[in-house]
Amino acid sequence: MSKTFSIGGIHPRDNKFSKDKPIENFPIPKRVFISMNQHLGMPAVPVVKKGDSVKVGQLIAEPAGFVSAPVHASVSGIVADVAPYPDFIGKKVLTVVIDTEGDQWLEGIDRSPQIRSEITDTPQEIFKKISALGIVGLGGAAFPTHVKLTPLEGMKPEYLILNGAECEPYLTSDYRLILEHGQEVLTGGEMMRRVLGNDVMGIIGIENNKPKAIAVMKKLTSGFLQWKVVPLKKRYPQGGEKQLIDAVLGRKVPSFALPVSTGAIVQNVGTAFAVYEAVQKNKPLISNVLTVTCSDLSIQKNYRFRNGTPIREILTAAGAMEKDGTLSAPFAKVVNGGPMMGKSVANLDGPVMKSTSGLVLFTEEETKRKEPGECIRCSKCFQACPMRLQPYLLYQLALAGNTEELEANRVFDCIECGCCLYSCPAYLPLLDQIRLAKNVSLKNKRK
Amino acid sequence: MTFTLLYTILSLSLLGGLLAVILFIVAQKFKVQEDPRIDQVLEVLPGANCGGCGFAGCRAFAEHYVNNPEATDIFCPVGGNPVMKLAAQVLDREVQEQMPKLAVLRCNGSCGASERLNIYDGSSVCAVAADLYGGETGCSYGCLGMGDCVNACVFDAIYIDPQTCLPVVVEDKCTSCGACVKACPRLILELRPKGPKSRRIYVACANKDKGAVTRKVCSVGCIGCKLCVKACEFEAVTVTDNLAYIDPDKCRLCRKCVAVCPTGCILEINFPPKKQKTENE
Repeated sequence: MSKTFSIGGIHPRDNKFSKDKPIENFPIPKRVFISMNQHLGMPAVPVVKKGDSVKVGQLIAEPAGFVSAPVHASVSGIVADVAPYPDFIGKKVLTVVIDTEGDQWLEGIDRSPQIRSEITDTPQEIFKKISALGIVGLGGAAFPTHVKLTPLEGMKPEYLILNGAECEPYLTSDYRLILEHGQEVLTGGEMMRRVLGNDVMGIIGIENNKPKAIAVMKKLTSGFLQWKVVPLKKRYPQGGEKQLIDAVLGRKVPSFALPVSTGAIVQNVGTAFAVYEAVQKNKPLISNVLTVTCSDLSIQKNYRFRNGTPIREILTAAGAMEKDGTLSAPFAKVVNGGPMMGKSVANLDGPVMKSTSGLVLFTEEETKRKEPGECIRCSKCFQACPMRLQPYLLYQLALAGNTEELEANRVFDCIECGCCLYSCPAYLPLLDQIRLAKNVSLKNKRK
Repeated sequence: MTFTLLYTILSLSLLGGLLAVILFIVAQKFKVQEDPRIDQVLEVLPGANCGGCGFAGCRAFAEHYVNNPEATDIFCPVGGNPVMKLAAQVLDREVQEQMPKLAVLRCNGSCGASERLNIYDGSSVCAVAADLYGGETGCSYGCLGMGDCVNACVFDAIYIDPQTCLPVVVEDKCTSCGACVKACPRLILELRPKGPKSRRIYVACANKDKGAVTRKVCSVGCIGCKLCVKACEFEAVTVTDNLAYIDPDKCRLCRKCVAVCPTGCILEINFPPKKQKTENE
């Protein structure tokens, strides 16, 4: 009997059509747009200026504080501009633009495909490399990894959970990574486990709609006492940090508490792979795997892309763009990330970032929102909410702008998974309003 | 039988009398002396309870106005000078006249002026859209056109013009309560003096990008060229962050800035049409 989390959740069709497509290396783009705001926390501060020549892996922006991460050049060439450029949602972010010239890598970066599973660095060295080489959580939120690995007073981690749930429909990038680079993922996980302490237990959580991945990781961990694989029953949002801890350990993260307070730290398998590359190969986080997919099976790709590649180029290579620069025929919308939590791309010239995990193409029919009706008090949203919130109530409070009541009803616990919106028979824009209320009251708090 | 009736009537009458006495004592003890002038002021006020004055409704305004004879910044924007004069008469006070104000839209990026780059089909609330992304056009400062200001207006003074996709403020109905200014997530509505004979000049743009960037996304955006600054003889125009601003207090409505603006983002409202130039250009 596979485990799963206890509260709420939904069962969207997983539609993982691209799961059998191997990861291809995406060609190096002519121009990259590297955003300074690729992680949670303070945006990085550029250390290069217009006209500088940079090599692949060179530091181009320093972290602006503890909760921040450095950014490295993903191509070699000349810095064309350091200015605000619109990102994929059309908001302006400080961006370093590099015109590619050749593919010269910084010395000291090991580019050989050989797997080095032997760990020679001490935990301190590993930690230093993780924070210096810009590793951030690749599960979506892009939280700087070194912050998560820093011990907090009075909280001793007991478990490191590698998140291979990939509960988002359509996405297959983590799955392909486990299949093709399982050994590296495990090595990266082992390194993070050592940073946390030698008595920490390592767990890999994988949903049971990926039997091959479970088999691969089971085989790899068979010799290790400190590691085990936990197959999970398919359910969304299993990959949420709090849900995964609940599913694997049966522990609930209290309101306003950090997940580590339950003794568990969650890291994505993609992050583990990035840690492996950083520590064993000295390679900064300049590339990641993303899935380009759609529901009519015409486009199914898994690409390893360089950070900052324009979305338009990736879609063109995948065959989703017409020559005149519009999306080809049936498609009307591109979603950056998975269909549940991803954001639609408003600006196709915007770049992909460190934590981009997929580009999903949708047709007009699939994405068109239906006219919202009236709440019929069916409580489906309440049943679906994995945080046991009352979305219908929060929605009404958000409409009324009642900040105090919103906070009393734990609006900040909302993980924005979209289960309420998915299950609402009246098509109410529940999450839209709740997210807005969250952001507004956060802004008010900062003032 | 008759005794039962008698006892009932007696005991209830006694009880009633006793309670009446208690009520009377309590009422005397906790008597609240309210200034009768508050009600008089309240009668003069418009009674819209819009909150434009900064108080929670007209009664709160009246209380504050009566109790603070020194305060000079209390003003009912909806009633304007006539109402304030009446209110001042009640209290025998001097009234400080204020220029009537009006909400103006600092965006001119109509459907024709700036190209639509994408289609938004989410929840049609400006605040949600502004929170989510940069907007349908390339301009991340301009009007989103979903009408949060229309919904905020309790006086029906704003409507969205289907031709331009921009909100229009109806001059006669706008009471300058400022509800729309607060509702706009992009902060592009501004309260400006109505101006003599309702004539006014303002910069209809909020774009703080560099000129070249602005020009690419909108044909009527302020590019921060500072021609208006040079043209102005009264130092009323300033450019900060690539965006011109006309100080309404200094502006003498000479319209020189309007003539020099290369993109036409400075609007002149309610001026008579200019005389035809005789010479050919």
